[in-house]
Amino acid sequence: MDLLLKLGELINITLVFSTALIFTAMGGIFSEKSGVVNIGLEGLMVSGAFAAAVATYTAEEAGMGAASPWVGLIAALLFGVIFSLIHAVATVTFKADQVVSGVVINFLAAGLTVYLVKIMYDGAGQTETLNEVFSKVKIPFLSDIPVIGKGFFEAYPTTYLAIFIVALTYYVLYKTPFGLRLRSVGEHPGAADTMGIRVSRYRYLGVMISGALAGLGGATITLTTTSSFSHNTVSGQGFIALAAMIFGKWHPLGALGAAMFFGFSQAIRNFVQLFDFAKGIPMEFLYMLPYVLTILVLAGAVGRAKAPSALGEAYDPGKR
Amino acid sequence: MDKLMRIMTKDSALVPLGAILLGLLFGALVMLVGGYNPIVAYAALLDKVFGSAYDFGEAVREITPLILTGLAVAFANRTGLFNIGAEGQFIMGMTGASIVGIKFDLPWIIHMPLAVIAGAVLGGLWGGLAGYLKAKRGVNEVITSIMLNWTALFLANYIVNAFLLQPGQQRSYEIHESASLTIGWLSELMGNARVHWGTLIALAGAAIFYIVLWRTRQGYELRAVGHNPEAARYAGMNVNSNIVRAMFIGGVFAGLAGVVDVLGVFHYQTVMAGSPGYGFDGVAVALLGGNNPIGVVLAAILFGSLTYGSAGMSFAADVPPEIIRVVIGSVIFFIAAHGIVRGLIRPLKGKSKKEGAA
Repeated sequence: MDLLLKLGELINITLVFSTALIFTAMGGIFSEKSGVVNIGLEGLMVSGAFAAAVATYTAEEAGMGAASPWVGLIAALLFGVIFSLIHAVATVTFKADQVVSGVVINFLAAGLTVYLVKIMYDGAGQTETLNEVFSKVKIPFLSDIPVIGKGFFEAYPTTYLAIFIVALTYYVLYKTPFGLRLRSVGEHPGAADTMGIRVSRYRYLGVMISGALAGLGGATITLTTTSSFSHNTVSGQGFIALAAMIFGKWHPLGALGAAMFFGFSQAIRNFVQLFDFAKGIPMEFLYMLPYVLTILVLAGAVGRAKAPSALGEAYDPGKR
Repeated sequence: MDKLMRIMTKDSALVPLGAILLGLLFGALVMLVGGYNPIVAYAALLDKVFGSAYDFGEAVREITPLILTGLAVAFANRTGLFNIGAEGQFIMGMTGASIVGIKFDLPWIIHMPLAVIAGAVLGGLWGGLAGYLKAKRGVNEVITSIMLNWTALFLANYIVNAFLLQPGQQRSYEIHESASLTIGWLSELMGNARVHWGTLIALAGAAIFYIVLWRTRQGYELRAVGHNPEAARYAGMNVNSNIVRAMFIGGVFAGLAGVVDVLGVFHYQTVMAGSPGYGFDGVAVALLGGNNPIGVVLAAILFGSLTYGSAGMSFAADVPPEIIRVVIGSVIFFIAAHGIVRGLIRPLKGKSKKEGAA
């Protein structure tokens, strides 16, 4: 019985760790489906986490109470979009190498946010600790189910929002004309152009949506787990989200599964002491787990993932 | 990636210089917005780098690993690969040097070279692993490199924790004196700045980079594969083994950067909370240097001085040193999006060439 209770808790913590990854992986899908590689997801998350901390704190000070984290969430979304524009301008308009531009995004976000934090908070390396962060919401009746109720139906509002975003991503990509056009731009920009689809417009949109969602992903970390922002708030989660997107073969549901799997491999760290067989495993190997698994998976254990055909290529109408 | 290579060849040094200028200007702008005086800040930066023999030595210390990680990224770029894994290779290099430096006790003439080679090979294997996965399993080297960076971080921490840890400390025992790369007499002359033979290793690395790529048959193959893998395959070259080799050699360079950090600077290895960052800076150095050995050395000097000088900037002018990350980031941005720089240069040149882009 005790173990069952813990199991519910494990599911719950898995969801907490997965949420940020789910948002960000969905963002990555939008960008890469449009043909723009986005290894800048990490930087976009950092910018979102930063914006959320600053905006929530400001709202708190202004006496907005429980609405404050929502203000933070919206600020993160907007800030993520603004930051992603750098990537869009470089890769779409100026045809810069997409990987390099992503590296730049990570560089700039890391430098700029800490710089701004130090200016705003009198030289401190992190923002003030937030009082108004999200708390878990119990869904009536469902949360009373043993194990599962505690696991799935007593979560942060951001988790529910993330699941909704997955459904929305699926719907938008595969059931709307917008999604069809976005995907066509990533598969065969020349053909899309011939059909009158504005390639650069769709790529801009793809990158901007990725900024919005990665921003939300970063905000999730500040507003549920850390309650403040510092240089190591995000620490590599953007790269895990990127891996989740590839692991999930650029499909929203696949990426959801992968993100939850990575969330689980992070959550399990908190639970190692519960299982006898795991007690002897050094912590470092558990930290390594998601990365090693990604490599093994990519190396062919699950079959080769098919990236959008035109991924990484700048579109040059002259070469059509 | 081939776009990057054209930078050095076609537009000579104008684009990198323009990018540096724009980067510094952008940094100045951000400082103004933050309420600082950028002239005071940049002056403090320069003063920090050239202020004393000690500072100069320490700046060289900062520059040295950047040359090597820059070469690591540039070497892969030359062969059409993107080595974003220099960070992990750096860490493995550190670890190899630490293991040999701490666990072995030999006369220096064997010990020091052995420690250097151990780190270089370990870094090389770490890079080669990404190359192998690309060649044999078709996995994109960018993703595997990123994953290998994190794996290296935790693996190195495990090794230090389990085998090398100095009790009660978050770091390893010190390496034996016989494995040290420190130049004692010069260090004393320069107020104990941590100067070491690694700087010569780095410069030799740049020379070897040039010789291997442009003066050997192997180098010709590597460049051919980078330029056009299909044509290289048609000409009877083994593209896959060239990919593994290129990533291995790149890894050796990055591994050496880690080696000199342990054997020349710290003499021990810490349990790291996060990546040291030299590998990522190497990406910037390689780009600014146009993937060319002389360019890489120059770019490393620039970025190393900026990074080292940023401490003085925060001390004298109270500007958060992170601003330098913004400057470096925007320099790479302007190089990657070189259309912007060209657009600005063209009117300055007077005559508007019909097609600036090559």
